[in-house]
Amino acid sequence: MAVYLDHAATTPMLPEAISAYVSAMAVVGNPASVHSQGQNAKRLLEEAREQVALSLGSDPIEIVFTGGGTEAINLGIKGLYWARRPRTRILVPGGEHHATMDTVEWLEQYEGAVVEWLPLDSVGRIDLAAVERSIAANPHDIALITLLSANNEVGTLQPVAEVAALAAAHGIPVHVDAVAAYGHVPIDFRALNDGGASAVSVSAHKIGGPVGIGALVLSRRASVVPLLHGGGQQRQVRSGTQDVAAAVAFAVAATALGDDLSGENARVAALRDRLVAGVRAAVPAVIVNGDPDAGGRLPGTAHFSFPGCEGDSLLFLLDVAGISVSTGSACQAGVPEPSHVLRAMGRSEVEARGALRITLGRTSTEADVDALLAAVPAAHARAARAGLADRVPGR
Amino acid sequence: MSGGVDSAVAAARMVEAGHEVVGVHLALSRMPGTLRTGSRGCCTVEDSMDAQRAANIIGIPYYVWDFSERFKLDVVDDFINEYAAGRTPNPCMRCNERIKFAALLEKALDLGFDAVATGHYATIRTDADGNRELHRASAWAKDQSYVLGVLTQDQLAHSMFPLGATPSKAEVRAEAAKRGFSVATKPDSYDICFIPDGDTRGWLAERVPPATGDILDREGNTLGRHEGAAAFTVGQRKGLQIGTPAADGKPRFVLEVRPITNTVVVGPKEALAIGEIAGSKFTWCGVAPAHPETAFDCTVQIRAHADPVPAVAQVVPVAPGENGENGENGVNGATGETRPATELVITPAEPLTGVAPGQTAVVYLGTRVLGQCTIDRTVSAVGVNA
Repeated sequence: MAVYLDHAATTPMLPEAISAYVSAMAVVGNPASVHSQGQNAKRLLEEAREQVALSLGSDPIEIVFTGGGTEAINLGIKGLYWARRPRTRILVPGGEHHATMDTVEWLEQYEGAVVEWLPLDSVGRIDLAAVERSIAANPHDIALITLLSANNEVGTLQPVAEVAALAAAHGIPVHVDAVAAYGHVPIDFRALNDGGASAVSVSAHKIGGPVGIGALVLSRRASVVPLLHGGGQQRQVRSGTQDVAAAVAFAVAATALGDDLSGENARVAALRDRLVAGVRAAVPAVIVNGDPDAGGRLPGTAHFSFPGCEGDSLLFLLDVAGISVSTGSACQAGVPEPSHVLRAMGRSEVEARGALRITLGRTSTEADVDALLAAVPAAHARAARAGLADRVPGR
Repeated sequence: MSGGVDSAVAAARMVEAGHEVVGVHLALSRMPGTLRTGSRGCCTVEDSMDAQRAANIIGIPYYVWDFSERFKLDVVDDFINEYAAGRTPNPCMRCNERIKFAALLEKALDLGFDAVATGHYATIRTDADGNRELHRASAWAKDQSYVLGVLTQDQLAHSMFPLGATPSKAEVRAEAAKRGFSVATKPDSYDICFIPDGDTRGWLAERVPPATGDILDREGNTLGRHEGAAAFTVGQRKGLQIGTPAADGKPRFVLEVRPITNTVVVGPKEALAIGEIAGSKFTWCGVAPAHPETAFDCTVQIRAHADPVPAVAQVVPVAPGENGENGENGVNGATGETRPATELVITPAEPLTGVAPGQTAVVYLGTRVLGQCTIDRTVSAVGVNA
């Protein structure tokens, strides 16, 4: 029986979301059609939008469904950038998700953007003073600020409201990538929007909904230039026939989060803390990454560096033992990169290469933690022996 | 699993032989190409996907191991450096020596594996005392024992070549098709995997800036100028661009490339005939001969697809400082090992042509690979005045 400890990559779909998904797929009708069947599909879609809006503290009209988190982030960043022309500066912290990093680098290469990377401290948090200095240097040429709400690798929470407040003083729009935070940290879009944030990206499959749908929560007051042109659906911002069934399943997962995340968060955090303590006891040299203060990072995230080991080797050995974890790295061709997040946090290449991300979620149990802790000593011993064999010695 | 047909069939056969098998694809570049182009059969994202699809069909787990940093240093940079030094290296041998049966094997053993199996066409036999011997594959046309000549007894003990007894490549392709592998009809890879378009000359010219120098005859007279000594290969006839013809009117060939003086030596075809080759960097494949200092009969092969030639081989002492590998006090420059300075001298029964320093000579006893040496020096079969 496989032990799944990679909830940050994707978390199992809720059974009730699956059944709602399957039922909704049987509904005939394009929600943009005028006839009754179209109206019925539209009703399901808009009910879903309302429920998703409720989970994010926004108005339903502010929910723009997308094909996932990556599209939402692209729409948020590129859309705001183009709408803010001729301003060219984009402020972005180091260690962001690739959906953000590659998007701003693309804007730099093709659209004349000037990207300013903001430093992270050793726990992965941005320095507000640096943000303030960057804004003060010339507040008028900043197109937007984009930042993660919680880091997807190490789980550190960012001071989103404080950044938004700094930006609001100069009317600078802020895009928040809340894909990793959604479902773990309360998101109150109304408060964020009042505080200066313009757009928030989320994804359904991180909270027990299906892969292939996400949303950009876009303020009524913000304008973006669309990525996709066509039928003009969703405020002309995101053309394309809307996926009713996926929206319905997304809504079921969003509703299941409930009003109060604290109970489930406390349960998962307790499991996580036991996991971290157990790994520390088994491997005293291990480095625990991210904010050591429990209130400063996601409850389900445990992120380690095993000095002298390849995260890659540990992942393999744990996989063979039936435990799914991650090195937290982007795997384009399946070629693992040393964690760019740890590098942005000022960590050495050796620490970045020895990174292992273990993430818990709704279905995680004490038995999962037991299984991991039982497997870690042998896996670590072998991985340490293999060391950094694929690296050039002395570098 | 490179993504080619051979390693896919090899993996399937290992599973059927009852082994617990994991598919490993080596990432040898940080920036792999997306799609397969030209003559390459490895190293792109498409190849990695081909390998994974084969692993899916076989029903084994599959992982990508990143050896790009080691590969760059030990194989790519080595290739460039050797070429710049006027030698003709074989990067596939270097990869077997330093990556596949070294870094990869060591990592695999450390992680708890017992052996590395590859799709090479070669055979491993075990003698009465339990020692491993490397032999040619049954299908001599596909035999790859030459490029495995660098393996030591210890490496052989942890290597498996499930294709070694297959009569033909066609049979491997047929088996792949029967197993439903998409790679059954994938073209064989040839050329050098890290040179995408197969233009080795052009690729090297970008990395080793050429400098003009003299073209000399065997007496040391200057015959002309060249645009860069490294661009010449021993045995080359075309592209010398020497204004004056030879006195006897016969075509001239590159006899020697001297990187230190940036000169190229040319002469008649007869002078290409090599009567003796020698190198101080030699290894034994499996059990070493008991008395290599006594001349013994063997066959020698100097290229992956050359015919083996009957020869006599012998390990002889070298005066200290006589060559670069075992220099003063007998310290091996490459490994730091102290051992008496020796070299393996191989005298073919018939002169060899197309031999250049940097090439590997593999010594066989019948079908068995006895050892190999990197050629440091060659001795012409004919004198200067011939």
